[in-house]
Amino acid sequence: MDLNVQRRSLIGAGLLGAGTWLGQRFSQGAIAQEPVTEAVPPHTGGMTTLGEVNHENNGFDPHALLTEWNTGSVSTLPDGQRLREYDIEAIEREIEVAPGVFYPAWTYNGQVPGPTIRATEGDRIRIRFTNQGEHMHTLHFHGMHGARQDGIPGVLEAAPGQSVTYEFEAKPFGCHLYHCHSMPFKRHLHKGLYGAFVIDPDPSRHPEQAEIAKSRVLGTPENQQWQELLMVMNAFDTNFDEENEVYAVNSIPHAFMKKPIRIERDRPVRIYLINVTEFDPINSFHLHANFFDYYDHGTTLTPTSRTLDTVMQCQGQRGILEFSFAGFEPGTYMFHAHQAEFAELGWMSAFEVVA
Amino acid sequence: MKTVQWRWILPPVLLAGLVALLFAASPARLLNLNAPPLESLRVERTVLDTEGIALRVRAEGSKPMQIAQIQIDGAYWTFDQRPPGSISRLSTATLQIPYPWVEGEAHHIRFLTNTGVTFDHTIEVALPTPEFSTSTLLAYGWLGLYVGLVPVGLGMLFYPYLKMLGQRGLAFVLALTLGMLAFLLVDTLQEGLELAGEAAIAFQGQALVWFAAAIACLTLIAVGRRRGKSPEGSALSTYMALGIGLHNFGEGLAIGTAFALGELALGSFLVIGFTLHNLTEGLGIVAPLLKQKLRWIQFVSLAALAGLPAVLGIWIGAFAFSPQWAALFLGLGAGAILQVIIEVGSYLQRRIRQSKQAHGSGLSLAGFTAGLAIMYGTALLVKF
Repeated sequence: MDLNVQRRSLIGAGLLGAGTWLGQRFSQGAIAQEPVTEAVPPHTGGMTTLGEVNHENNGFDPHALLTEWNTGSVSTLPDGQRLREYDIEAIEREIEVAPGVFYPAWTYNGQVPGPTIRATEGDRIRIRFTNQGEHMHTLHFHGMHGARQDGIPGVLEAAPGQSVTYEFEAKPFGCHLYHCHSMPFKRHLHKGLYGAFVIDPDPSRHPEQAEIAKSRVLGTPENQQWQELLMVMNAFDTNFDEENEVYAVNSIPHAFMKKPIRIERDRPVRIYLINVTEFDPINSFHLHANFFDYYDHGTTLTPTSRTLDTVMQCQGQRGILEFSFAGFEPGTYMFHAHQAEFAELGWMSAFEVVA
Repeated sequence: MKTVQWRWILPPVLLAGLVALLFAASPARLLNLNAPPLESLRVERTVLDTEGIALRVRAEGSKPMQIAQIQIDGAYWTFDQRPPGSISRLSTATLQIPYPWVEGEAHHIRFLTNTGVTFDHTIEVALPTPEFSTSTLLAYGWLGLYVGLVPVGLGMLFYPYLKMLGQRGLAFVLALTLGMLAFLLVDTLQEGLELAGEAAIAFQGQALVWFAAAIACLTLIAVGRRRGKSPEGSALSTYMALGIGLHNFGEGLAIGTAFALGELALGSFLVIGFTLHNLTEGLGIVAPLLKQKLRWIQFVSLAALAGLPAVLGIWIGAFAFSPQWAALFLGLGAGAILQVIIEVGSYLQRRIRQSKQAHGSGLSLAGFTAGLAIMYGTALLVKF
């Protein structure tokens, strides 16, 4: 709306002739302006969370979480089976989920997501779980195990101050997760009680695809060519209205936008991608300027989908992405949720591809 | 002697002791309550320009509040807060957000505090905020003249017609004026209470409106009757012009704010509406003057007193709006109108008694109803 038009109609009403000449004298461009915006950092156009999260106070760094594989303390059982032992504590503590925004989280070992448990198919897993919080908590693993190891209300559920021990064999191989299954279920999940559970395939059990399997086993020469990254897509509902205010990979919004993930151009990339976002039925991963092969749940050695640039995961779904920037021009390549809503609320990231 | 001294000393000493005790051993802590601080945020002013969006916010937290992040239309956006840091209770801060807003569309703003609590504010229609300059000031002033001074002046020009009326006609016009004033009283109170709702809760805006009205009314009655006699003639007209002026100030505020926010499309229809609506006000102002000679200087100053505040109201509404101040002024306006109602009422009563009119009350009722009906009818054109 333009005041001039208004005033013209005022004058047009012809209510009072006196003073019309005055109105005409001031009829030029009194208010009209065009909205233009500038003076913002070039990368984001102003669309960013303001400031930096103090990762030291938080006790975890989203960048470090990308490659922090927790293999446990390893020993061999009398029957020759490899045993991996872990200690996990449920700790209810405040974390900074966006610069300056503090959230009363429930965590495993003080971090969100919890420690990434990585084992090889067939390993024995033994986890001593201690509840340091004020509510009931459990560890519920996505994997194959007996009913008595399921970690649900009444089954290996740790009361405050209590410790319980979970023990099972790591199978099937793939990209899995664990989370709390105490009630109310939704709150225990969205407050931060979840983590990654990666089971590498045992090459000896997959002789026809042994080379591919070897590349998935952490620490093998074949595996060391790969740049492996763990990405947990999560979100926080800071005002408890059952809608998320903050979306991210590894909890901190825009963390990989403000400091992109360094990728060596000529080494392949493998992403263990897990969706634990609550309230929104799905989340997604979109890669700019490139395509990837996708292994849904990571439970196969051949891709379940080939040549994708966007993949969608429902709550609790996960998979492995494999791609390469070999031959690409070095530079910044974005990746983010293709729900623009999530991207603009923090789930916006970038790779810095170097030659 | 000693007991007499203690009688004076004891209350302040005990009070100081109690305050010290409450601060030292906070009773909330004794109850082991660890409730999070109460937070509340009000947006008092929105400016849209080439720099983006600027918001003046007032904090109402029980503790200083920190705005950690801002989302616009569901996207985190960078911003600059002046002064930076936490905003203490009832203080204001200005947030400059370099957001490429879209003209004519709505924008939704959400503030995240450090505790993760959110506060929402909606810009209903994004329009460039008028820049404070001589030309816009004049343009808005011009608008104020059209809705305030011009109609009041035109109404007062009916003076010669009123002069031709007889006793009964005059009583009718006075009753009509009372109806008009009753409408203005309700309208002003309503407007003030509505604005009070937009102000920070701590300001107790609605109570402010009522208290301001009561004090204004009583003060004006006391001043008006300081010689022991109710005001009549030109004094009564002046009070009426003052009350109506304060009402028109409120009307100007509403127009200025709505216009600046793009919530009001002011066309010729609306201006005609305002003219007809405020014409009656001018008629009322001259009604007590019919028994005396009216000088031009008096005419002009009464018109200015009643009509010019609309200009001031529009300026403030468009450029420097604060809901709590606006509510306070509207409360004062309502009080001034109530005083005029009381004085015009008693004047009318005296006239009827003196003239020993047979059908005084019926005539008054008809006039009062007509006044209300005219104001209500013409308000149909201008209420938005």
